[in-house]
Amino acid sequence: MSETTQIGSDALLARRSGARRERVRLVAMALGPVFGAIVMSGLVLLALGVDPIAYYGYVVDRGLINPYGLQATLTRMGPLLLIAAGLIVAFRAGIWNLGGDGQFLLSAVVVAALGPLMVPYFPVWMVLLIGLLVGAMVGAVWSLLPALLKAYQGVNEIITTLMMTFLGVSFANVLVKLFFRDPATTVPQTRTLVVADRLPRLFDTTVSSGLLIGLVAIMAVHLLMTRTAFGLKLRIVGANPRAAIHAGLNVPLLTMATFAISAALAGLAGAVEIMGVQGNVRADWNPAYSLTVVPLVFLARFNGFASIAFVFLFSVLSIGGESAARRTGVPNFFTLVVVAILLIMLGITEYLDQRRRAAGK
Amino acid sequence: MTQIHTSSPPQAEPRPIVSLDHVTKRFPGVVANERVSFDLWPGEVHVLLGENGAGKSTLVGMLSGLQLPDEGGVLIDGREVRIASPARALELGIGTVFQHSMLVPSLSVVDNMALGGKWWSRPDRDGVARRMAAVCADIGVTIDPHAKVGSLSLGEQQQVEIVRALMRGSRVLILDEATAMLTPKGAEDLGALMGRLTKLGIAVVFITHKLNEALAFGHRITVLRLGRKVGEIAPERLAALGPAAATAEIVRLMFGAGVATDETAPAPRRGRRAGAPLLEIEALAVDDPSVPVAGINLSVSPGEIVGLAGIDGNGQKQFAEALAGQRRLAAGHIRLGGEAIERLDVGGRRQRGLRYVTDDRLGEGTVGSFPISLNLLLKQVGEAPFWRHGLEQSDAIATHARRLVSEFDVRTPGIETAIGKLSGGNIQKALLARELSGAARAVIFAKPTYGLDVQNIRATRQRIREAAEQGLAVILISTDLEEVLELSDRVAVMSRGHIVGVVDNDADARSRVGELMSGVTA
Repeated sequence: MSETTQIGSDALLARRSGARRERVRLVAMALGPVFGAIVMSGLVLLALGVDPIAYYGYVVDRGLINPYGLQATLTRMGPLLLIAAGLIVAFRAGIWNLGGDGQFLLSAVVVAALGPLMVPYFPVWMVLLIGLLVGAMVGAVWSLLPALLKAYQGVNEIITTLMMTFLGVSFANVLVKLFFRDPATTVPQTRTLVVADRLPRLFDTTVSSGLLIGLVAIMAVHLLMTRTAFGLKLRIVGANPRAAIHAGLNVPLLTMATFAISAALAGLAGAVEIMGVQGNVRADWNPAYSLTVVPLVFLARFNGFASIAFVFLFSVLSIGGESAARRTGVPNFFTLVVVAILLIMLGITEYLDQRRRAAGK
Repeated sequence: MTQIHTSSPPQAEPRPIVSLDHVTKRFPGVVANERVSFDLWPGEVHVLLGENGAGKSTLVGMLSGLQLPDEGGVLIDGREVRIASPARALELGIGTVFQHSMLVPSLSVVDNMALGGKWWSRPDRDGVARRMAAVCADIGVTIDPHAKVGSLSLGEQQQVEIVRALMRGSRVLILDEATAMLTPKGAEDLGALMGRLTKLGIAVVFITHKLNEALAFGHRITVLRLGRKVGEIAPERLAALGPAAATAEIVRLMFGAGVATDETAPAPRRGRRAGAPLLEIEALAVDDPSVPVAGINLSVSPGEIVGLAGIDGNGQKQFAEALAGQRRLAAGHIRLGGEAIERLDVGGRRQRGLRYVTDDRLGEGTVGSFPISLNLLLKQVGEAPFWRHGLEQSDAIATHARRLVSEFDVRTPGIETAIGKLSGGNIQKALLARELSGAARAVIFAKPTYGLDVQNIRATRQRIREAAEQGLAVILISTDLEEVLELSDRVAVMSRGHIVGVVDNDADARSRVGELMSGVTA
């Protein structure tokens, strides 16, 4: 009797320590690449003749410690979180929507043009609400063609969504320069939404409430994908499309829904960026947020909460990096270099982990 | 190397070109070939017959350099050789034409012939065309050397492959199920071509499932069964027997005697048909590029098991998927308990009690990375009580999973374990649990014991029997004749997308099903 309980508790203990080891492994898998990337980027900085300690010091100071920097960081997170939410839906459903930039930019341009026009006729809250809705719709509409082609013809959505981004970015420029141009300025840009009519700021800070919208969106998406029947259906389609057909799921319809949600969130990000931060769209403006968020979502393994952490990290890097770049003479794009190295590190970690697991078996 | 070896007259030496001398080949868990001897004589078409899994492919694999025997030897012209690669087989003069074309469809015939040359040298297209014309003239076929392979018919593509094999100096030609994809006319042409090849002293190994072809084109016939050679009919004997007697003899060899050899196997079930048919299929047709299915009429009574026998790839999969609702019907009606269900989708048919146990357990039956609990509900996502207002009810899902896991004896560390980590037998148990639980009325089993070990085979067959005893209408699709005969009340035989016959499972069912499967009566 005592022996069996002994064995039982041993097994329980083993399982618990196994679970702990598993958790440690996951954290190492997430943080390992980050540290690796910081070290590697430091070496690149050294090669450029820049003191990496000073660079990272500026990044941390301007992106995290300095109150204005931190507020800018948090504001930057809003649209990035929305884009991440859209990507999580799509990627978990096995749809590689890489057209977020086109969806984002077209929505931004339409909202920027529409907002100032509506201001004289509607109260501010209504202007903002309509702006957000229109932004989401424009994004969704711009994904309609790839969605139809994917759902009913099986055309590879990576190609079509990227193509639609090229078209969308160019089309957005055409709109800014020809139709939505503000006649009062000499540079081609849309009319500007005055600061009073933008998304409200949080408390007494400069942080835009876009951050809240982003946080709500990504948590809603996380719950949608993990706790609901609809999310499970999307995950089945993503994990094994043939099983989805076998189980009688309407795969084309689910594909259309995935595109619509994903692109609507990208469009919403565009609206939030305009009505919360920019106020207008200048010609040739394209922050290319979507493609930079893609690696972050991968780093987070399509997990909503982990995505918040990585988006925060990236925002610190990108806000702090802008100022660090100015002070150390490194190009602004160096932030992207860090992200790229991070992604390579992620790949290497994944490879090592798989080898370790294969060896363990 | 590019000339046909016509110089040595076939009658001069009474010695086989190639001999397999008591070869044995084992794979994990099975003996694919056990001390099989096989001689290939010049100027002869040697037919290799046997059911799926009888060991034909393994035997041919050892000749064409895909496999090496574990025991026994391969002799060419009396000398022992080691055929370690397909290239070595070609060097030794053994060419293989596989069932599926190995040509590049976007290239011309000549360019396909020139493939495999030195990468730095320009292909000598004119020279290749000239040599090709010579070989074509020898064997009496006409091929346009500049035609694109993709524009040729399957029969013509095979001719191209045969010509290519001859141009590389083959004295032995292996045709692996070469007629499976051909039209009857194409098969006849190939038969005539084989005749001309043997006149040139070439030895042909012809693998087929069709007895009529074997008798029409073959000179010598070897029958394999369960990895063993169970009989060889020499040319003189074949001629002496005549077609009818030869057929009877071959069927007897291929499918065994009328008595069940396994004494543990229960006697065939019989006479349990009760009442009006529950599942009725009428004039069902399915469009499919490879095996179109047409004119399927079948009705199954409650408590009845109808076996669907046939060589793999004769439309069973298409039929099952159309029945389950995964494929669009081209025509026909399906009635379950008198209600027409052919317009319903998978979910609608399932709700009315039609279940489908797929043979592709990991490919489509389950999502390998998902926990067992969710895989058990894969076809009920969103249904109460497991989901309410679209929200997951973890407790209900867990309770359901625990109940099924214990009821169907799924051996798993837990219900949250990813189903892909389980063994094949346990995945099958989980699938059976999903399909047989709830209000099932009719079940389609597709190759239910495929790839399972003995114990799980027995357990699965018991489940099928129990399902019928509970009054379910059962369709059992299987390529294993023993299984069909053990479980079924009636046996339908499927061939080339049609049901070619339905027989009651009585004493002489074995031989009649065997005849139907081999295309004797078709």
